Amino acid sequence: MAGNHADTAHAVPLRILLGTWGALIFLTWATVAVTNFQLGPLNIVVALGIAVIKSTLVALFFMHLRWDKPFNAIVFVSALLFVFLFITFALLDTKQYQPTLIPGYAPDMPAAATEASPS
Amino acid sequence: MTTTHVAVGSRPHSAEAQPGENYLNCSHGLKSWLLTLDHKRIGVMYLIATLGSFLLGGIFALLVRTEHLTAGKTIMDADTYNQMFTLHGAVMVFLFIIPAIPAAFGNFVLPIMLGAKDVAFPRLNLASFYFWIAGAVLAVVSIAINAPDTGWTFYTPYSTSTATSVIPVVFGVFILGFSSIFTGLNFIVTIHKLRPKEMGWFQMPLFLWGLYATALIQILATPVLAITLLLLILERSLGIGIFDPALGGDPVLFQHFFWFYSHPAVYIMILPAMGIISELITTYSHKHIFSYRFIAYSSVAIAIFGFLVWGHHMFTSGQSSLLSMIFSAITFSVAIPSAIKVFNWVVTMYKGSIDLKTPMWYALIFIWVFSIGGLTGIFLGTLSVDVHLHDTYFVVAHFHYVMFGGTVMALLGGLHHWWPKMFGRMYNERWAQVATFLVFVGFNLTFFTQFVMGSRGMPRRYYMYPEEFTNWHVASTWGSYIMAAGFVLTAIYLLRSLAKGPIAPMNPWGGATLEWQTTSPPPHYNFDGDPPKTGDPYDFDRVKYDPETGSYYHEPLRG
Amino acid sequence: MTAHSAAHAEHPPHLAHHFETPVQQFESGKLGMWLFLGTELLMFGGLFCAYAIYRANHPDIFLYAHQFLDKKLGGINTVVLICSSLTMAWAVRAAQLGQRALLVLMLLLTLACAGGFMGIKYVEYKAKFEHGLLPGTHYVAQTDHGHGGDHAAPGHEAAAGEAAAPHAAAGDAHATPAEGDAVAHEMAADEAAAHALEVTPTPPVSAADAPKIGRAAAAPGTFRPGPEPTTDGHGPAAVPANPQIFFGIYFAMTGLHGFHVLAGMIVITWLLVLSLRGTFGPDYFTPVDLVGLYWHIVDLIWIFLFPLLYLIH
Repeated sequence: MAGNHADTAHAVPLRILLGTWGALIFLTWATVAVTNFQLGPLNIVVALGIAVIKSTLVALFFMHLRWDKPFNAIVFVSALLFVFLFITFALLDTKQYQPTLIPGYAPDMPAAATEASPS
Repeated sequence: MTTTHVAVGSRPHSAEAQPGENYLNCSHGLKSWLLTLDHKRIGVMYLIATLGSFLLGGIFALLVRTEHLTAGKTIMDADTYNQMFTLHGAVMVFLFIIPAIPAAFGNFVLPIMLGAKDVAFPRLNLASFYFWIAGAVLAVVSIAINAPDTGWTFYTPYSTSTATSVIPVVFGVFILGFSSIFTGLNFIVTIHKLRPKEMGWFQMPLFLWGLYATALIQILATPVLAITLLLLILERSLGIGIFDPALGGDPVLFQHFFWFYSHPAVYIMILPAMGIISELITTYSHKHIFSYRFIAYSSVAIAIFGFLVWGHHMFTSGQSSLLSMIFSAITFSVAIPSAIKVFNWVVTMYKGSIDLKTPMWYALIFIWVFSIGGLTGIFLGTLSVDVHLHDTYFVVAHFHYVMFGGTVMALLGGLHHWWPKMFGRMYNERWAQVATFLVFVGFNLTFFTQFVMGSRGMPRRYYMYPEEFTNWHVASTWGSYIMAAGFVLTAIYLLRSLAKGPIAPMNPWGGATLEWQTTSPPPHYNFDGDPPKTGDPYDFDRVKYDPETGSYYHEPLRG
Repeated sequence: MTAHSAAHAEHPPHLAHHFETPVQQFESGKLGMWLFLGTELLMFGGLFCAYAIYRANHPDIFLYAHQFLDKKLGGINTVVLICSSLTMAWAVRAAQLGQRALLVLMLLLTLACAGGFMGIKYVEYKAKFEHGLLPGTHYVAQTDHGHGGDHAAPGHEAAAGEAAAPHAAAGDAHATPAEGDAVAHEMAADEAAAHALEVTPTPPVSAADAPKIGRAAAAPGTFRPGPEPTTDGHGPAAVPANPQIFFGIYFAMTGLHGFHVLAGMIVITWLLVLSLRGTFGPDYFTPVDLVGLYWHIVDLIWIFLFPLLYLIH
């Protein structure tokens, strides 16, 4: 049994676990520290970039993707791609129609009724 | 058998089944069904549950149609009418058509087609059935309290301001989403990990490709529905305002959220149906499916294209013209894989030895009706035409031609195809064909008239209509009655067959896939002993007829 | 048939009937878990989408409202979750190597970190509730209109890294004590609460007295400072229209995340019970591995939530 499992049951060396942890803590510090600098629009890019690096570290080492079947990584990445697709299209659209909105306009709807009150 | 397995089933079963023992009679009592981990029993329970929902949704549909017999009030007031069409839509979409084929037939057939003993996660499978039950109960509770009148799409801001009980039904749909996700997850893992080594991806029956593509959508789209509905519940209960213009929110954003799931969801409905049609056409033509790989790839292509077209529901909702153009263009591309399938089915029949049994009739109806539904979809995907046709009966007719004429016809075909396998009894072929005829005529009478009304400007979801539409509406309503008669007849002869039908042989139709190489009904572990080795799933040269037993059989695999 | 039965007789204890080998079972479980994690990403993806859209279209709301979040507590929580991820990964390693005592210890540490995270979250939420920093109709307009005018945001954030006292003083410099600086007050309260865990601050403005928004009260003038375009003239210091949108998104995101942390705590407790019984070892550690994956995704989502919600420029 143990032999059977050996190919899947790859135990991550402690050195790598602790190293990943150290890198994550450092990057957390870095992402806070960088907010002290005014980088304009770059701030969000830097913040997201650091977050991407951190999550890649978590996925590769803590989540074992580095040694896993490639299909699991494909699942993970395609889920992210679909999130990206969703956000891109929705963002593109709202950006486009934003200038046509009437500021502060809200149609006059009947007052919010309480749930389950008989009509 | 002495070791402590993680037991499958409520009592330990012997690997060697007794003669005459099958999954239906291997254990008894209500508990052995309600706590079963057997994919076949779970499939049968899903079948009963989803067909029950179909009945419920059908009653709502008949009430809506009956109301339209006259231009004014016929049997109900306007508010009730709004509730009726909402319930019809919500029940049919969420309780019936999304789970019906994957959860009922997929569960029953998928492991057998693979030669596996069960799906990868039997407990999760049962859990997902109970998620379905919980969601259904919540939906029914909302009916009892005060049925929602928002339409099945729950568009904000009306859904956040109506006085009807939106939260229970939305929460019910949220739970149903988990049922759907877990079923899809189970199928993907089963196909990946429980497929025998000798069965390659392109040696799977095409129904499994359909289910696999469906499961991909279930996994990737349903979570977005979950968060949408959660936000809608928060919107109603706490007023968080993300979708509410009065609180600075954006109602068009709700439509983006909703359709990111709900457009792919229509492919959740149609892809398994297409998978069934692939099985039916090749089986009843007794001929190898034409261009296997293109049909398989086109399933996956439809699943992926399905994610890129959701905005075509929002052409008139205030969506930007740039996005409308993009979505319109990609929408047309969905026609390509759909047409690939239709052409391949037709070519499969060419020079085949066609056996016009009831399932084949349904498959032929599917091709005819789905083509009409698909082609009218092209009209609706065209921006300029859609501005005129949006929210008219044309749209209603279009999606009923695809959803009802497509999915339900395939479901009926599959039901008749696998009925002998599921229950071990043959139904009456003559009555079945009469019912098929009634359904076909009734269906077209109901919905073709709606194309005409829609193109003349009859808006959907309207309680009253101008007098000039009366004849069309009355014809449509009569069509729905004829269809209902067809369904009642179907229910009668199918139920009757359970008691009095002749015993079904192993392979009454000459099917080539693995489920036809085990007994009808199959034993608890699907096969007595190891499943037969498979090569090409549609190798009809090996399938021979034995006049003595009235059954087809497989010659042993050569080589 | 005989080969079939023979295979059954040799069943390893944790192998379910329909799998051929433990490896097949393990890989199935793992693929299933990854698919589930994919659905989790897409579910949170909806919230990230809502975030992206409002942040892109109304950056002023985010710039204004994020000041009410406690960067320090958020940062501590990030570190706590990263530590819990380490202990969880270590627990998986311990299970694989059969180090049972270490496994129990690591699971306990993970659970402790998760508890700490929820505790800090509670302190943060409590402060928000006291100040009426709530989503949608429950939002109470904040009274410190002048805050953040002259680069106060970076200064205020720098102060957050220091002790509470100088920060509170810096906050007082901006607003009259009578009105109170809600941000500074909240920060002080949060930090005090984080350190002492018993300070109940008195809000400068009673949440109940302040105007609430809602459909009934949404008439211009009662809540909204004015239609959006006019805020352009005020510069970043002005209170933008509809700040409650930020809190709607904040509570939806952190609430759903917190719910996942709670669910994780429940399953880790279950693992703890099993590992105390000695269930796991080199032959069978699938549940530890799978729960570990789940726990890391919870961490991973927080890694994005922290900069997006707390560190806005």
